[in-house]
Amino acid sequence: MRPQALPSRRPAFRFNLVGWVSLAIILFWALAAIAAPAFAPHGVGDMVDDDYFGPISWALPLGSDYLGRDMLSRIIYGTRYTVGISLAAVLIACTTGVVLGMTAATAGGWLDTVLSRGLDALSSIPSKLFGLVVVAAVGSSIPVLIMTLAVIYMPGAYRFARALAVNVSTMDFVTAARIRGEGTRYLIGAEILPNIIGPVFADIGLRFVFIVLLLSGLSFLGLGVQPPNADWGALVRENIGGLPFGAPAVMAPSLAIASLTISVNLLIDNLPRKIRDRSA
Amino acid sequence: MTQLVDIRDLRVDATTDAGRRIEIIKGISLTVAEGEMVALIGESGSGKTTIALSLLGHARDGCRIAGGSILVAGQDMAKLSERERAKLRGTVVSYVPQSAAAAFNPSLRVMDQVIEITRIHRLMPRAEAEARAVALFRALSLPEPERIGARYPHQLSGGQLQRLAAAMALIGDPRLVVFDEPTTALDVTTQIEVLRAIKSVMRGTSAGGVYVSHDLAIVAQVADRIVVLKNGEVQEEGPTAQILSAPRHPYTKALLAAFRPETVPAQPAAPEAEAAAPPVLEVDDVSAGYGWVPGRAMPLIRAVKNVSFRVERGRNIGIIGESGCGKSTLARTIAGIMPACGGGISLEGQRLAPLAAQRSREQLRRLQIVFQSADTALNPAKQIGEIIGRPLTFYQSLRGAAREARVDQLLDMVQLPRPLKHRHAAELSGGQKQRVNLARALAADPSVILCDEITSALDTVVAAAIIELLRELQNGLGLSYVFISHDLPTVQAICNEVVVMRGGEKLEQCLAMQVGDPSGHPYSQLLMASVPRLDPSWLDGLDHHPQLGRAPPG
Amino acid sequence: MHPTLWLMLGHRLLIALLTLVVVSLVVFMATEVLPGDVAQILLGQAATPEAVAGLRTAMHLDDPAFLRFLRWFGGLVTGDLGTSYANNLPITTLIGGRLVSSLKLAGATALFSVPVALTLGITAAMLRGSVYDRAVTVATITVISVPEFMVATSGVLIFAVWLQWLPALSFSRDVQSFGELLRVYAMPVMTLSFVISAQMIRMTRAAVLEALGTPYVEMALLKGASRSRMVLRHALPNAIGPVVNAVALSLSYLLGGVIIVETIFNYPGIAKLMVDAVATRDLPLIQSCAMIFCFVYLLLITTADMVAIISNPKLR
Repeated sequence: MRPQALPSRRPAFRFNLVGWVSLAIILFWALAAIAAPAFAPHGVGDMVDDDYFGPISWALPLGSDYLGRDMLSRIIYGTRYTVGISLAAVLIACTTGVVLGMTAATAGGWLDTVLSRGLDALSSIPSKLFGLVVVAAVGSSIPVLIMTLAVIYMPGAYRFARALAVNVSTMDFVTAARIRGEGTRYLIGAEILPNIIGPVFADIGLRFVFIVLLLSGLSFLGLGVQPPNADWGALVRENIGGLPFGAPAVMAPSLAIASLTISVNLLIDNLPRKIRDRSA
Repeated sequence: MTQLVDIRDLRVDATTDAGRRIEIIKGISLTVAEGEMVALIGESGSGKTTIALSLLGHARDGCRIAGGSILVAGQDMAKLSERERAKLRGTVVSYVPQSAAAAFNPSLRVMDQVIEITRIHRLMPRAEAEARAVALFRALSLPEPERIGARYPHQLSGGQLQRLAAAMALIGDPRLVVFDEPTTALDVTTQIEVLRAIKSVMRGTSAGGVYVSHDLAIVAQVADRIVVLKNGEVQEEGPTAQILSAPRHPYTKALLAAFRPETVPAQPAAPEAEAAAPPVLEVDDVSAGYGWVPGRAMPLIRAVKNVSFRVERGRNIGIIGESGCGKSTLARTIAGIMPACGGGISLEGQRLAPLAAQRSREQLRRLQIVFQSADTALNPAKQIGEIIGRPLTFYQSLRGAAREARVDQLLDMVQLPRPLKHRHAAELSGGQKQRVNLARALAADPSVILCDEITSALDTVVAAAIIELLRELQNGLGLSYVFISHDLPTVQAICNEVVVMRGGEKLEQCLAMQVGDPSGHPYSQLLMASVPRLDPSWLDGLDHHPQLGRAPPG
Repeated sequence: MHPTLWLMLGHRLLIALLTLVVVSLVVFMATEVLPGDVAQILLGQAATPEAVAGLRTAMHLDDPAFLRFLRWFGGLVTGDLGTSYANNLPITTLIGGRLVSSLKLAGATALFSVPVALTLGITAAMLRGSVYDRAVTVATITVISVPEFMVATSGVLIFAVWLQWLPALSFSRDVQSFGELLRVYAMPVMTLSFVISAQMIRMTRAAVLEALGTPYVEMALLKGASRSRMVLRHALPNAIGPVVNAVALSLSYLLGGVIIVETIFNYPGIAKLMVDAVATRDLPLIQSCAMIFCFVYLLLITTADMVAIISNPKLR
C-alpha cells in the first residue's frame, strides 16, 4: 500500500493568486488583440510626438518611437500580429501533431516508424535556422510565417502526443476495445483522446510560448512580420537605435512579450496536477 | 522486562492531492519483545507498511507521524532529529523491502550495497564487512557466495535479490529487522526458498523482527505473535496458534474463511451425447512468441510451445504455472491480441483467424477476456454505465432505454448497486472494478470468458467473493471459463480440469483435485507442495518432501 | 564491454548519418523552391538572354534537381562547399574564420554555464520545496519565457548604458589586452549563458528529482545514508543519461541563441554571416551555414544518446 495513492478528488480548477493574475494578463492581451482600435489612444501610424524616442509621460505612457509615434498604441496594434500568428500556428501544429501522434501510436507498424523517423529528422533542424532558410527561399509573408512556425513545432506536438498515446494504448482497456473489434477512429476518439486531453492542452500552451518567442526572434532579425506592419519583435527591431539612450521604446515591446509568455507558463504551472502532469 | 519495540498510540496523517489531511494510522499500540517475531497482517490500505516504515522513523512523501511514540530499543523514533534517526537506521533497526529488485541501485555492484551500512556508520573495515557478507550469503543459501557480490542487480534473479536484501539488513547486526512483504512478489517455489533462508538466518541471530504480510499462511510459518490490522486500527492481537485456531474478531474469522475457498467437487465427465458436440473452445498444437523478424517464419522467443487442450460447454479449465511459463501469452494468443505462429484455435467448431482484427464480430463477441488489473482495464475517462453499455451497442445495436435496462440488469448480475453506473472507475474499490470488468465481458453474451489472473491483485476476502460470483454466473448462463492463474487453490476452486505449464510447454492435464497426486508430473507435485498452508509446522515439514527436501537450489 | 553495447552504439550512429542525409535533402529542397532565376539575379536585369543561358549551363542549373543534389552533397562530404553568389569567393574561405569565432563564443559560454547550471539544478533538487528551490524555479521559468534579444538588450541597458561597465555593441576595435577581451566577450557570453542555463537547470533538476524518487534511494535512506550520499552515490549515477541529455539539448539552444546574439552584438561569427546571406539571398552560403548548424546539432544529440547508452549499467 502506498499512502500517496489515496483516492482524492480535487476541484477541476482551483488556482492560487499567481494563477489568477496570469489568467488576467492573458485575457487582457486577448482583448487587446480583438479590440485594438478601441483600446489604443492613437492611430497606429499617427506621429504624435515632436521628439523621437520620447520618454514616459502622461500623454504617452510608454514614450514615443523612432518616428515620434505613440508606443502604447503601436504595442496594442502589434498584439494582433504576435498573438494572431502564434495562435494560428500553434493550432495547426498541435491539431496535426496530435492527430498524427495518436494515429501512429494506435496503428503502430510501418506507419509509426516512417512518421516518427521522418519527423525526428525534421526536428533536428534548429528552429531559428529553419525559419531563416525558409524566409530566404520564399520570402516573408504572414501565411508563410504561420505555416513555417506550424511546421517547425508540429514534430514536437506529434512526439508528445504519441508518447502519451503509446502509454494509454498499452492499457488493457484499449486492448479490450481492440479485441471487441473497434476501429481506429473509435480507439483514438473515445478511448485515447479523453485520457490525454489535459496534458495536450498544457502542451498547446507551452508550444504557444515557444512560437511567440520564435516569431519575435524572427521579426527582431527582420525576417518576420514586414513593415509597415509590426509585431512586438519588429517593434524592438525598429527601435533598437534608442538602446544607447535607454529609450522606453526598446524595452516596452520586450516587456509585453515577457508578460504574455511568463503568464502562460505560470498559468500552466499552477494548473491542477492531474492536467499538468506530463506522463511522457 | 523492557520491550524492544513499544509503539504507543501512533497516529500518521496523509495529505491528499486536494490538500486535505486524513488519518491513515489511527492510534495504534503494539510491542515486540527482544528476539520475538511479530507479524502485522492486513489487506491493502490497512496501514501495515506505514507502521513498518515508522519503526525506522520514516514517513513517505505526503505522510507525517502526527502523534504517539515509537520506542525502538529505548529511543523514540518519533521525537529524534533526522540526523539521530539516520544513526539508528541499519545499526539498531533495519529494513527488508517488498521488491528487492527495485530497492537495489542498478548501477552499483551488490556487494557495495550489501555492506553500505557498515560504510555509512563506520562499523568495521571493508575486508571484515565483506567477509561477514559472504558468511551471510552462505547462511542464506545463495549460490557462489564468494563471487555473487561482484554482480550487478540485473544479473540476479528476484529470489536471489530478496535474499541479498536480507543480508543487507543483517550486516550491521541490528536488534530489530523489519520485513515488508519480502516474498510477495515471488513465485511459490521461490517463495519457499526465501522464506526458509530468512527463517534460518533469523534463528541464528538474537534480533527481533516485524514481519509485514497479507498472507496468513506465510505469517504462520515465521511469527510468534500476529497483529491483525484493518483501516489503520488493530483488530485483534494474539499468539500465532490462537489467531489461527481460535480467532475472536469477526474480521480475522473472515480472513481465515476466505483463505481457502471450498473447491468444486470433481464433476463426472460430460455425458456421451454432449461430448459428440464440438468443444466450445479447442486449442490445437498452438505455439506463439515474441520478436518477429522479417523473413523468418518463427518469432525469436517462443513463449508457448505446441499447447493443446479443449473446453467442453459449461465446463472450466484452469491454466496454471509460475511467472514466465507462457500462460499469459497463451491467453493473449487465444484472444487474438498476438498471433499464433503455429497450430490453430477453434471456437464452437469454427477455426479462428490468428489476430482479432481478422476475426468476425460474431466470433469476437463469443470469446471475451477479463484482465488481471482492473485498474488499467477500465477507461478512467468514462462512466461505468458507458463502459458496460458499449459492447451492447457495438454487438447488439442496443441504444437508449433498452441499453440502460440491460446495463442495470448486468449490474444486478455482478451484484453492484445500479447508481454505480454514473461513477468513474477511480471512485470504485478493487473488487468493484473487477465486477465491472466482468459485467463488460458478460454484456457481449459470450460462450467463453478468458480470465487472466483476475483475482491476483485483489485482497483475499474480495478475491473469494469474485470466485463465488463466477460460479453463480456460470450456473445460469452456460458459460465456460478459461481460468489463468499462478495460484493453485484459486484454480481448484473454480475449475474442473487443470493444465500445468512450465517453460512454454504443457506438462500435464488432469482433474483439478488430482493436481499434485503422486502419479502425476513431479513439477505438479512441487507446485502443490509449495502452496503455503495455515499449519505453522508446514514449512519445517517440507524437509521431508521429495522435491523440496534437499537444500534449496540457487 | 557488452557486445550489445557496440550494436546499440552502431545503430545510433547509423541513425544519425541517415538523419544527416534527410536533413541535407530538406535544406537543399527548401532553397530550391526559391522563385526567380538565379542566373538572372546574379547577372542583373540588363544581361542578355545568351549570357543568362551561358551562366545557367556553367552552373549546371538545367540539370535535374536530383543530380544537382548529388553534386552538392558530394561536395559537402569532400569539403567543397561551392562558391558564394554574392562575392564569388569560395565558401570555405568565407566560413573558416567565422566558424572559429563562433566556436570560441559557444565554447566560452559552455565552459561558464554548464558547471553553474548543473550545480544549481542538482542543489535545487536536493533542497526541493525550499525557498532556494522556489527562487531557482521562478527565475528559470522567467528566463525561459523571455526572448533572447530581451536578455541581450536588458544586459546592454544595465551594464553599458546605466552602469557603463562594458562596451555596448561594438566589435570593431582590435582587442589588445586580456582585460579588454573579457569586457568584449562578457555581454555575448552572459546573454547566451542566461538563455541556455535556464533550460539546463530545469531539466537537471527534473532528472535528479526523478532519480531521488526511486525505491533504491528510499532504501539508502533506510540504511541511514545522509542526504548528500543519497544524491551523489545513488541518484546521480543513475541520472547521468538524462542529465547529459539536458546538457546536450541546452547546448543545442546555443545554435538558436547565437543567431540573435551575434546580430545584436555585431559579433563576426557564422550566424551573423548566415543572417547577412539571407539578406543578399546568397543560396550556396545559406545552405552551407545551415548544414554546419545541423551537423553540430546532430553531433550534440548523438553524443548525448551514446553517453546514455554507455551509462546504462545493464549493458556493462
